Amino acid sequence: MAVSEFDVRHVAQLARLAIDPARLPSLVQELNGILGHMEALGAVETSPETGDGRLETTAAGLRSDEGPPIPLAAARETFAPQMADGFFLVPRLATHEDLGSRSP
Amino acid sequence: MSLSARETADGVRSGQRTTRSVVEEVFRRADEVGAGKDGLNIVLHEDREASLREADLRDGKSGASYLVNPNARPLKGVPVYVKDNIATTTLRTTCGSRILADYVSPYDATVVARLRKAGALIVGKTNMDEFAMGSSTENSAYGPTKNPIDPTRVPGGSSGGSAAAVASGMVRIALGSETGGSVRQPASFCGIVGVKPTYGRVSRYGLVAFASSLDQVGVFGRTVDDAALGLQAIAGPDPRDATSSPIEPQAYHAAQHDSLEGLVIGRPREYFPDSLDPRIRDICDQAIERLKSLGAEVCDVSLPHTSLAIPVYYIVAPAEASSNLARFDGVRYGLRLSGDGLEGMYEATRSNGFGPEVTRRILLGTYVLSAGYYDAYYRKAMAIRGLIRRDFEQVFAAGVHVLLTPTAPTTAFKLGAISDPYEMYMSDIFTATANLAGIPGMSVPAGAVEGLPVGVQFLASHFDEYRMFVAAYALERAIAGGAV
Repeated sequence: MAVSEFDVRHVAQLARLAIDPARLPSLVQELNGILGHMEALGAVETSPETGDGRLETTAAGLRSDEGPPIPLAAARETFAPQMADGFFLVPRLATHEDLGSRSP
Repeated sequence: MSLSARETADGVRSGQRTTRSVVEEVFRRADEVGAGKDGLNIVLHEDREASLREADLRDGKSGASYLVNPNARPLKGVPVYVKDNIATTTLRTTCGSRILADYVSPYDATVVARLRKAGALIVGKTNMDEFAMGSSTENSAYGPTKNPIDPTRVPGGSSGGSAAAVASGMVRIALGSETGGSVRQPASFCGIVGVKPTYGRVSRYGLVAFASSLDQVGVFGRTVDDAALGLQAIAGPDPRDATSSPIEPQAYHAAQHDSLEGLVIGRPREYFPDSLDPRIRDICDQAIERLKSLGAEVCDVSLPHTSLAIPVYYIVAPAEASSNLARFDGVRYGLRLSGDGLEGMYEATRSNGFGPEVTRRILLGTYVLSAGYYDAYYRKAMAIRGLIRRDFEQVFAAGVHVLLTPTAPTTAFKLGAISDPYEMYMSDIFTATANLAGIPGMSVPAGAVEGLPVGVQFLASHFDEYRMFVAAYALERAIAGGAV
């Protein structure tokens, strides 16, 4: 299973990483080089009994690979008292005074 | 440090030495070897004035109870360096990363609190591969650490700074962390002792998470006894870490008095492939002969899934890392860079804050967990991890007490010599299995090739560190005494 530039861009989006387009071809090559060595695992016979029991839990389901923004049950604006540029605005606390302009 | 950790503590306890004089010796030695950024680049953070003030305070508190009860402060006055992914309130914790450049933890890691309680002083934080991802300490955002034995070579990694601090004689004990061999491999490269305890033996509270099912705090010592004292101080249950075991640790230093009679040592054939450097093979075989001459029984054993450890490890560890490192988003910790709105801020912060190896592993981990690949990579790797663990369980159930293997397939290599990521990953070929199985392991210096140290590795069953120390003490004594 070889990764493509599309795959790397998709995975980078999921991981909230921006990849320099100039770096993309070498990253694809590096990841394919690493994943190539993983192919040996496919030849090993395994069954649920041979595996690590911790894996077989059904307590937590898998979510779909949708990139950010991660969908919320309700829009942020509906439960945030105030927002600016996508950030929540919170009341200034006395302990924030020392931080000065570093606070959003 | 010319005196062992035990001698230092005894000297301070008896009043023959002051804590201040011990700490001054550390800093004098650090200056002599060039431990700073322009030299070996061992130390990332220190506050010498604060350390000396703390030493003075300790010297003023030499109460009678400490004099009559050495167990109350087994490391009294002993200076210790700590890897920079272990939380300290007194010094920054950067994990060798730009993204945590100014981060100071609001709490001490349990291992740090326990060291302080045992009487030790934390004198600095050491360099490391960024977020412990590497085998050479070349991946630090603050530049590579150099091996004190040959500064043109790497000290190993990812705990290379701590290993170099001990190897250069600055301290006798330092803390590192292990996810795939990051204590044992640098111990081998630097000619010192390195211990990775059983998963659950030492609290991970305050250890910045890389791969949570593999991570453990480990100990470097100049000698086996230094390492035993260090491990003794930090081991044991911790209610703050749900993965720490309720099983109480044994008195590891007592292992020095045990005979090897009745000890069964296994030599796993998969750790001695035809491709292994014959000089490293010879050093391991000499170690085996020494232990045999002292009464140990040696037998050949097989761990058939060993060759799969690196592919398994480099699926499981990056998968867990991709999840653990999601927390570094510019909101809760460290660096924050502006971007287009909230999502843009996340992306700008993470892309600029993480270095190339961390980025590569996050991408790899996210890929193997993504739809369509989860079963083929992650689920398969976890199934084979179970087989690797079962290999060890079967060997130990058959009556083998300790395994002896090479710690690393090579000696310390030149800085910049390895550019291919997978070739670097293969440095962990003999160590990653213990992390995957959760068993303890340690590296003990056993010889040299062209002046570069070679370590042999002892592996034992879960929570049986004691027998590992029995073998290690015996080998160290035999080598010092020239037996065989």
